[in-house]
Amino acid sequence: MAAGVATWLPFARAAAVGWLPLARKTMPRPPVDKSSRSDEILFVNVSGQRFQTWKNTLDRYPDTLLGSSEKEFFFNEDTQEYFFDRDPEMFRHILNFYRTGKLHYPRHECVQAFDEELAFYGIVPEIIGDCCMEEYRDRKKENQERLAEDTEAGEATDTPLPDSATSRERLWRAFENPHTSTMALVFYYVTGFFIAVSVIANVVETVPCRPLKGTVKDLPCGEKFSLAFFCMDTACVLIFTFEYLMRLFAAPCRCKFARSVMSVIDVVAIMPYYIGLVMPENEDVSGAFVTLRVFRVFRIFKFSRHSQGLRILGYTLKSCASELGFLLFSLTMAIIIFATVMFYAEKGTKGSSFTSIPASFWYTIVTMTTLGYGDMVPNTIAGKIFGSICSLSGVLVIALPVPVIVSNFSRIYHQNQRADKMRAQQKVRMARIRMAKKGTANAFLQFKEDGGLGDPDSNSSALCLKNRSAFENQHHHLLHCLEKTTNHEFTDEMAYSEMCLTESVGYRTSRSTSLSSQQGALNNGCCPRRARRRAAMRLANSTVSVSRGSVQELDTLPVKSTNLPQQTRSSLNARAVDIKLNCSDRDFTAAIISIPTPPSNTPDESPPSSPAIPGIPGILRNTRATAYLQDAVKISSL
Amino acid sequence: MGLEGMEVMGIAVVICLFVVVLKQFGIWEPLSLDESCDMELELSMVRHQPEGLEQLQAQTAFTKKELQSLYRGFKNECPSGLVDEETFKMIYSQFFPQGDATTYAHFLFNAFDMDRNGSIRFEDFVIGLSVLLRGSVTEKLRWAFNLYDINKDGYVTKEEMLAIMTSIYDMMGRYTCPSVRDDAPVDHVERFFQKMDRNRDGVVTIDEFIETCQKDESIMASMQLFENVI
Repeated sequence: MAAGVATWLPFARAAAVGWLPLARKTMPRPPVDKSSRSDEILFVNVSGQRFQTWKNTLDRYPDTLLGSSEKEFFFNEDTQEYFFDRDPEMFRHILNFYRTGKLHYPRHECVQAFDEELAFYGIVPEIIGDCCMEEYRDRKKENQERLAEDTEAGEATDTPLPDSATSRERLWRAFENPHTSTMALVFYYVTGFFIAVSVIANVVETVPCRPLKGTVKDLPCGEKFSLAFFCMDTACVLIFTFEYLMRLFAAPCRCKFARSVMSVIDVVAIMPYYIGLVMPENEDVSGAFVTLRVFRVFRIFKFSRHSQGLRILGYTLKSCASELGFLLFSLTMAIIIFATVMFYAEKGTKGSSFTSIPASFWYTIVTMTTLGYGDMVPNTIAGKIFGSICSLSGVLVIALPVPVIVSNFSRIYHQNQRADKMRAQQKVRMARIRMAKKGTANAFLQFKEDGGLGDPDSNSSALCLKNRSAFENQHHHLLHCLEKTTNHEFTDEMAYSEMCLTESVGYRTSRSTSLSSQQGALNNGCCPRRARRRAAMRLANSTVSVSRGSVQELDTLPVKSTNLPQQTRSSLNARAVDIKLNCSDRDFTAAIISIPTPPSNTPDESPPSSPAIPGIPGILRNTRATAYLQDAVKISSL
Repeated sequence: MGLEGMEVMGIAVVICLFVVVLKQFGIWEPLSLDESCDMELELSMVRHQPEGLEQLQAQTAFTKKELQSLYRGFKNECPSGLVDEETFKMIYSQFFPQGDATTYAHFLFNAFDMDRNGSIRFEDFVIGLSVLLRGSVTEKLRWAFNLYDINKDGYVTKEEMLAIMTSIYDMMGRYTCPSVRDDAPVDHVERFFQKMDRNRDGVVTIDEFIETCQKDESIMASMQLFENVI
């Protein structure tokens, strides 16, 4: 109910005295209101800005924070005022809502910030007054669209495929995003080239070439070099067919793909060729065949996969469908009207070209679009008058829907620009955020290194601990507790991936050291996927022998932890495949709360009697233990 | 003939367009007298100031603080200081969403609008409230009688009572239990008249009314009901 209603309620209740003499039954007792009746001024301090208002004003909306007893939580006894640690600018609007009953949306504020304030104060945004509601809704929708776009852009295309993707999924990804792999990019450019070649060939084969020796007539090039053109056409069609079949195979939903616009264009582009092959050299049918060749021009639409501008144009036309429809409809109406008028105006003249109303259509269209070919010209005065009116109105009718289409195009185009920019900036942003997070992760490890785990009384640790805030201290203590609970220790990404690498390096056959260095180059996560696969496959068949070369690799790595006990190495030999799988399970990159997830296995020290999983922590623990014992975890950049 | 006909039409069209263009330039203004009327309406938005606080204190039984509080609420809702009938109906209808309260609101409006000028000022509002909340039982009954007496002639006829009763039953709306029968108001009016109309002359005078009510225990008891609304 509105604020006004609350004010008038006492009045309505008082007026109920008029029912009393008429009442058939006894009246119920009125509710007892224990609260103090007198109105008082309340002080509300919002981040230092003091607001004062009557208590009644706030009581108008009892289901909001300020109107209910919830505000007592914010009451400050010392200053006898309600203190809110929120934005005072926004609070002004909120308080005005209580005063006037209308909530206004400040145009210069961010719509999300406003929403948050409303949520805090328990006010439903639907109450926003009509004057500001449209603006609010528009901004909110815009914001939501933008967020949806961003999340889409973020999660959609550029994320690397999970390893479990089938070749089909890979193929589809390669087709949809050519820049994800070099093969796809090559294919993309090749198809683009062939589209261009095909279109140019279509165009050139109609150009008149010099006639053959002995004849006088100019021949179109298509007939002079018919074999060459035929071969070129065949090659292009073969490529297109191959591409289409590949896409069809790779599509996640074949029916949907087959119905999509691009696939229809593909089909239409290659069909004429096959129909031409199939069709016999029959006289009457070849006429139709010639018509079919027109459809070859549709190949040019295949460029829309390659060009974003074309796609945008397509979207624009689709989104302006109603405006275009209106344009078409009004033009048709005007054409019919003016054609009729012109026909009757010119009916009398001899030799007039306005032979029928449909014949006048041509004149009307040409005049309304201000083309004015001059092949049909009115001769009578009336005809000239109506003709000039026709051309004037043509300009108007055509000019009306055009700005709408233009603005639509502009909006879509800018949206697209923004999406591209967003995507580019997103990567930089993510990288920076990751760096910041890694910073905090490293803080804990640095803390440990500096001996923070040691005796709090010792002098050395005191120096390091001096600059930590209370929050950091407590946080680190928490992490330390977790370490003690699980009997594992935190380490950072690079050290961990090193350990993975050393194990994988150790188990590969030493075909060449270059391979292992290549391994290192591709290491951008825990264990590189391809290396893992290759390693797993090789391990399944080959015996493990650590040759001198790979041992050399191991030694050069200044991680002193890699003096693995021989026994464990041989035991791991048999279960190499499992190791890899376990290795990849943990994700050490971009730990959110800066805690790399420790191996979630049981911290038991017992020798691995069950399958591989307990064996691995044994190794890792040993390595880590040795690493920390030696008190130097030098991170090597592989 | 067709040629000439088209020519005539063509010339007619040209003349029309010419006239339109002339009008556009303001050279030819046919009969544009209506525009000036709108201006005056803007100036007539009245702002009413109530009488002073002391005067109202003297006229009503409210304390100064109560008057201040009432006025703040009133002024907030009606910045111009006046409530017209439409606004009043709208406000009152909000309390009775299931039914139609407009008719009863009309009667109420007339009861409050003592000087019958079509709008309720703050004084009317506050004086009416004072009677209803702080007045004596006789005053309240007098006010109720005034409400029932639609034409303010001092007599409440059966028709007037029926109108009031129907409007009250209208406020109940359709969804009641048991549902309102069509003759329920008539029935109720009959009962009322049986009780109130002493001399069976078909009308109820103010004295009959007050006398009967004072003798009725339940009515007297319920009169105290709305004492502490403010």
